[in-house]
Amino acid sequence: MPEIKELVKQLADEHGRTRESLLPILQGIVSEERYVSDFAMTEVARELDMSAALVYGTATFYSFLDTQPRGEFVIRLCRTITCDMKGKKQILKTLEDLLKIDVGETTKDSKFTLLETNCLGWCHKGPAMLINDEIYTDLTPEKVNEIIGEYMKK
Amino acid sequence: MPDKKLKRVDLIFSEECSCKDVLADGLKKSNEELLNEILDSGLRGRGGAGFPTGLKWKFTAQEKAEEKYVVCNADEGEPGTFKDREILSRVPLKVFGGMAMCAKVIGAKHGYLYLRGEYQFLKNDLQKALDEFHSYLKEMDFDFQIHILMGSGAYICGEESALFESMEGKRGEPRNKPPYPTVAGFRNKPTVINNVETLVYSFMITRIGAKTFHDLGTADSRGSKVFSVSGDTPIPGIYELELGMPLEDFVEEFGDGDTKAVQVGGAAGFCVPRKKFKDTIIGFEGVPTGGSMMIFNSSRSMYNVLKNYVEFFEEESCGQCTPCRVGCQQLKHGIEAVKRGDKSAAYLDTLQKLAETMKVTAKCGLGQSVANSFSSIVDNFKEEMIY
Repeated sequence: MPEIKELVKQLADEHGRTRESLLPILQGIVSEERYVSDFAMTEVARELDMSAALVYGTATFYSFLDTQPRGEFVIRLCRTITCDMKGKKQILKTLEDLLKIDVGETTKDSKFTLLETNCLGWCHKGPAMLINDEIYTDLTPEKVNEIIGEYMKK
Repeated sequence: MPDKKLKRVDLIFSEECSCKDVLADGLKKSNEELLNEILDSGLRGRGGAGFPTGLKWKFTAQEKAEEKYVVCNADEGEPGTFKDREILSRVPLKVFGGMAMCAKVIGAKHGYLYLRGEYQFLKNDLQKALDEFHSYLKEMDFDFQIHILMGSGAYICGEESALFESMEGKRGEPRNKPPYPTVAGFRNKPTVINNVETLVYSFMITRIGAKTFHDLGTADSRGSKVFSVSGDTPIPGIYELELGMPLEDFVEEFGDGDTKAVQVGGAAGFCVPRKKFKDTIIGFEGVPTGGSMMIFNSSRSMYNVLKNYVEFFEEESCGQCTPCRVGCQQLKHGIEAVKRGDKSAAYLDTLQKLAETMKVTAKCGLGQSVANSFSSIVDNFKEEMIY
């Protein structure tokens, strides 16, 4: 996996090689690879000259630093009560039907991962979801159909 | 309590004055003058805990250290809160301006804005605004640099000491207190950490003067506050209102006519049922809030509301201390068992005791505040928990 090695090195050059650089480096890996593999963690540990346990400890604490393989597009649907009241369950069902997966799963072609997340900060425009870093609000089943259709073409 | 109606205020988003001018005027003032303005205004933290902002600045200014820091807490994660996102996207220069004022008072050269991972999409625009702001500072010959750091989806990082841990590349686990951040914060150096909204108010107070701000609100809750209104309301959104209003007036303005309860302060806040609207004051003397106001009408099951909150806490507990880690799990299992009929209704009292124990034994505000929503919902809607 020379690419990961190269990526870690690049990120360390950009953010530095101290403990404080750890989070930005892990975030950089996730934005490229969608998750931090065990190999990437040991690579970061080597590059920053710290124990792999420290890297693992930090990486596994944060819900946006996934440590298992994720799809190219990670969908995070807000599960807070206010989004729930505006029809989140219907949105979830629409997503599950469209992608033919359950929450927590990734499609066979590794294109989509479907997750639930805590308050996204769009309670006045619920239901809301993130696809990678992109935000979608005021969701309806029709709108979700359209959005996912667009992503399927990508 | 004098009869006070809802009063709209326009300080945070007002564009009457240019940020550059306010900044230039502020930087010309002496540190003492600036600090006294913040102290006299009566401003208290707008993130939820409500510590007097002026005192925070004063304590940090008094510390002797080579390095001091200003940190803007933009890790807005309380369910039902979205005002910081709105502030950051509409008036970012005012946020940076507040950080610069604070830096001047305490003697900091570096400031950090910790933005939650969910708001990654704001980062580019924020950085652009920051570049503009840095050019102002250069013109004014004020030596201060702000850096933007990203979070990665952990509610607990909104707790100040957990946020420092996260900035240092560690797991976001709260520290023991004392020492407080004013003595040992980021990198164990004296640090002022303020909420986004608090910083904007600090900045605006240097413009409008302590008295104008102090004249708003009540003895315990000076000034105004940005509220995030959501749930069963025809007009959800962001509203800046004078503090100290009766909840009844709030419901009259924002409710849909059938309001059964209002959750004030998010999952970590309190649930106020209809019969208490009249006697509940929104402010530090009554029910405080970081801004979250979730309105529920009579079609909603309060059991579902509570279950949603408890699940949230169970997931977001950092797991460091036993009362919070195990307590949250047991509260969730407990209410489910009562609802299923596996446990008698009296078991709710046992759960209430557990929540109270968490209040006194949990290490940080997360575990301590679970009892707020738990007890206020169970007390007021007991039958909904059982049947």
